Amino acid sequence: MGFFERIKDSLARTTQQFAERFEEVVQGADSPEGRTRPVDVDTIEALEEALISADVGVAAAARIVEAVSAKKDRGQSLRALVRTEILAILQRAASPPPDGQRPHVVLVVGVNGTGKTTTVGKLARLSKDSGLTPLICAADTFRAAAVEQLEVWATRAGVDFIRARAGADPAAVVFDAIAAGKARGRDLVLVDTAGRLHTRTNLMTELDKIRRVAAREVEGAPHEVLLVLDATVGQNGLNQAREFMSVAGVNGIILTKLDGTAKGGIAVAIAHDLQLPIRYVGVGEGIDDLIPFSPQEYVDALFEEKW
Amino acid sequence: MFDSLSDRLQGVFRSLRGEARLTEVTVEAALREIRMALLEADVNFKVVKAFIDRVRDRAVDQEVLKSLTPAQQVVRIVRDEMLALFGDTQGGLPTVQARPRVILLLGLQGSGKTTTTGKLGRWLAKQGRHPLVVSTDVRRPAAIEQLSVVGKQAGVRVYDPAGEMDPVARASGALADARNSGFDVLIVDTAGRLHIDDDLMDELRAIKAAVDPSDLLYVADAMTGQDAIKSAGEFNRRIGITGVVLSKMDGDARGGAALSVVGVVGVPIAFVGSGERLQDLEPFHPDRVVSRVLGMGDVLSLIEKAEEAVSQEDAEKLERKIRNNEFTLEDFRDQLRTIKKMGPLEQILGMIPGLGNLKELTANREKVDEGQLSRVEAIINSMTVKERRNHQLLNGSRRKRIAKGSGTSVEEVNRLLKQFVQMQKMLKQLGGMAGLGGGGKKKMRGLAGMKGLMNR
Ligand SMILES: Nc1nc2c(ncn2[C@@H]2O[C@H](COP(=O)(O)OP(=O)(O)OP(=O)(O)O)[C@@H](O)[C@H]2O)c(=O)[nH]1
Ligand SMILES: Nc1nc2c(ncn2[C@@H]2O[C@H](COP(=O)(O)OP(=O)(O)OP(=O)(O)O)[C@@H](O)[C@H]2O)c(=O)[nH]1
Ligand SMILES: [Mg+2]
Ligand SMILES: [Mg+2]
Repeated sequence: MGFFERIKDSLARTTQQFAERFEEVVQGADSPEGRTRPVDVDTIEALEEALISADVGVAAAARIVEAVSAKKDRGQSLRALVRTEILAILQRAASPPPDGQRPHVVLVVGVNGTGKTTTVGKLARLSKDSGLTPLICAADTFRAAAVEQLEVWATRAGVDFIRARAGADPAAVVFDAIAAGKARGRDLVLVDTAGRLHTRTNLMTELDKIRRVAAREVEGAPHEVLLVLDATVGQNGLNQAREFMSVAGVNGIILTKLDGTAKGGIAVAIAHDLQLPIRYVGVGEGIDDLIPFSPQEYVDALFEEKW
Repeated sequence: MFDSLSDRLQGVFRSLRGEARLTEVTVEAALREIRMALLEADVNFKVVKAFIDRVRDRAVDQEVLKSLTPAQQVVRIVRDEMLALFGDTQGGLPTVQARPRVILLLGLQGSGKTTTTGKLGRWLAKQGRHPLVVSTDVRRPAAIEQLSVVGKQAGVRVYDPAGEMDPVARASGALADARNSGFDVLIVDTAGRLHIDDDLMDELRAIKAAVDPSDLLYVADAMTGQDAIKSAGEFNRRIGITGVVLSKMDGDARGGAALSVVGVVGVPIAFVGSGERLQDLEPFHPDRVVSRVLGMGDVLSLIEKAEEAVSQEDAEKLERKIRNNEFTLEDFRDQLRTIKKMGPLEQILGMIPGLGNLKELTANREKVDEGQLSRVEAIINSMTVKERRNHQLLNGSRRKRIAKGSGTSVEEVNRLLKQFVQMQKMLKQLGGMAGLGGGGKKKMRGLAGMKGLMNR
């Protein structure tokens, strides 16, 4: 709110066109003379817009800009300040994934169409390459051809997989997979779940049931519950994260489709509000297009126009 | 979280009851709230800016109408301007001569194209058409199989030449088959692709050239944020779009991105997807999306559902009550019964302004439970008729008696009364909103529904 008070003036001047690109925004402010001046309203607004256009959200953008402009008159570069501020948010949320008894159980959850199944395939490949022995579990018993889709990914990754009978109870499949994982001495079970909107209480309860089944079979399982967020998602991403966190115990985020022009800036707001770390990012439809998240690189990309 | 825009504006205008004109200063404060609300609804920030200017031009110096509060008046301007954005958009598909009519679905990965292909097939078949569907997605694992399953579920024919893995050949083969076999519509599903992927955009252009579609429907995810106009804009520039299908509107996304696409790219929304099942497709109604973006809930959809569950007389009775501010605990109970009849509670609640708010839903999760409804009913049943008609009678000792009589607790009784008072407040507001609705017929319909919504 305080932020909006300050930009009141510039809001009144409606016809003015503001620079769209972050670079343009900061150039003036970061010129030798600019550095010693406090940030002016136009720059603040343009900066805020750069953040909003990356889907960071009004509230989080306001917070970031406020923090930055408070420090500005110490002669630092505005660009560096913004980067540092966002990095700090991401790093505060960062924490190593929980460990525990084997097999390590990972649930992959999220709303419809974000890239869960594809990501499970990629994760299988990534973990296999790092010397682990994963097993894939197909717990989407709902969507048409979901199991067949995952089977193709399992084959591509060279990882075997426990399939569900169509219409079967997902929790029962997870039970089977964990049992198989134990029997075969696997150290990782990757579970693909059906897409579901966080507002569907009964479907969310299903995730809770899966959790409970897993917890009974392996101590501390599911060790990781990863929420797959589509980078194009807007402010609804925060609702998704909040709800999946409270019902399904999400403890990490995978940001997919970053190869497009969307930045997934809502993940910054999520990191700030919910302390959820981003674990991986998806950058394509190929099996190797999943990379461990790097706050540094992400922040660099956040302000870069792709076309 | 997000309060409905009218709530927010109410706050802004609270201080100036009795002013005759909207001044620049007060409008400016309101505009800040509007801007925030629109951005939180994912309306593109450029659209927001243009929009705010237009609202300012219309609002400053306007006389405050007697019948409206200043807040209502500004909300009305916002709403009118948004509706104007849609022009006279009609949902559904325009009439065309082409036989077979070719519909091409396109869009980003995972937006809902394949599902929508099935939904559209079903929708068209219901209208007496004979659609054929074909997948040209040779890239995503099991995409072709997915459409086969979906097509079967929809009861429409699926063209699937085994082993043909050339997208263009699949499309043109389907067109030839449709012609030969007398299908009057061909729906072509395509692989998801990024608007910056030149190769795949070229492929899409080739498919388009092969089947010469009369409809190019861009399937957009309602949860999309600021990037929406960029991607839709590129698809439109490179391929051409004739309409948008807004998918996944069954969640709590406000869909402001869709509004932006319409405003910036200039293509109408044809359909709205409201669930994973094949029947979850509805022709687009601008007023619903506008209400939703403004945080007023999908009141109209709710009304339609309610209308199915409520008789005309009941509805009129309730309308009178709401108008005269006579909504009682008795009506509240009746209305809960109606809600029970209307089906999936969580879905219904999601459409009610204020209750759609997720935080609230989570905090009061027990409320969503049907068993809880029965307890509420029991509480109201334990009241005397007088108490039901005037809740202000309910002092401490009466509440104790009611709790005992209904086998509940005083806290539960208190909670119910609190909810009831909230509901009364909301109704007053809804009544106001309905009154805002444009011209005669629409307004009547709105009001008719309002009472329907609350009545049994
Ligand atoms: N460009 C791009 N596309 C991706 C990425 N990850 C997934 N996709 C695509 O997104 C679409 C949906 O992916 P799925 O893995 O089926 O998504 P899902 O979350 O399992 O979907 P449901 O199970 O239906 O909820 C597919 O077309 C994928 O190829 C990514 O990182 N980049
Ligand atoms: N809740 C909800 N889910 C939907 C809706 N429409 C589609 N979906 C779901 O969204 C996911 C993706 O749908 P698809 O039809 O596979 O999407 P697509 O655009 O064909 O995906 P690609 O071919 O990979 O680009 C699936 O889980 C669908 O069930 C809708 O209106 N509401
Ligand atoms: Mg999947
Ligand atoms: Mg598809």
